[in-house]
Amino acid sequence: MLASRALVRGLQSGFWRRVSTSSAAWAAHTHDVDVVDCSVPQYNNRLDTPLPDVPFVRNLSAKQKKLKEKEKGSWTQLTKEEKLALYRLTHELSYAEMRQGSKEWMTVLGGVFIFLGFTGLLVWWQRVYVYGDVPHTLSQESVAQQTQRMIDMRVNPVHGFSHKWDYEKKQWK
Amino acid sequence: MSLAKPAMRGLLAKRLRFHLPIAFGLSLVAAAAFKFTVTEPRKQAYADFYKHYDSTKEFNAMREAGVFESVRPTRK
Repeated sequence: MLASRALVRGLQSGFWRRVSTSSAAWAAHTHDVDVVDCSVPQYNNRLDTPLPDVPFVRNLSAKQKKLKEKEKGSWTQLTKEEKLALYRLTHELSYAEMRQGSKEWMTVLGGVFIFLGFTGLLVWWQRVYVYGDVPHTLSQESVAQQTQRMIDMRVNPVHGFSHKWDYEKKQWK
Repeated sequence: MSLAKPAMRGLLAKRLRFHLPIAFGLSLVAAAAFKFTVTEPRKQAYADFYKHYDSTKEFNAMREAGVFESVRPTRK
């Protein structure tokens, strides 16, 4: 995900000449660069790829190089901190950190609601200033006449409309 | 550091063996519930309605109300 973001930034910046010079300087810390060289393997944090194509830290300091040399020996000699340091050399995020999630959804939902609310205002304005008059058949008197006709016709006498009308007392049940 | 070898095969079969009877059972329960809460009362309501239904009386009432076009209300 970070790599794709870097990629988008790279495309947007349009620095195509720099993309072609994939020197070790660019590949030092394989994220947060302005351009990403897609012709060489890249680092990625993905749940389904436990071992990315390249380690996270490519340019090791002297201390880190020493640690790498120690790694070539027996691993029982490594302390817990050294093992963690080696892990962080090859991986940026642990699985727990990858799965973490964020509170971004609140921002997204808030933005959605803001724009929905604004749209509601526009729709309201449209209803008041653009729409014409409602048909006369929706007036009180017209609706009363329609309802009386439905009752006379015995609409849905078993379960529905006319079932709720008391024909003897001429009122709703 | 010797863990047991995890199950490599038959995972779908195991899942189906567990979930299919449940699925069938729940579907049958849903169908039975719908039958006895919706269709049987509905059939009963229709039966009750038509048990004492006088179609001539209803027809004349509708005719007097003036909803038909083939017969006008009786002139009085």
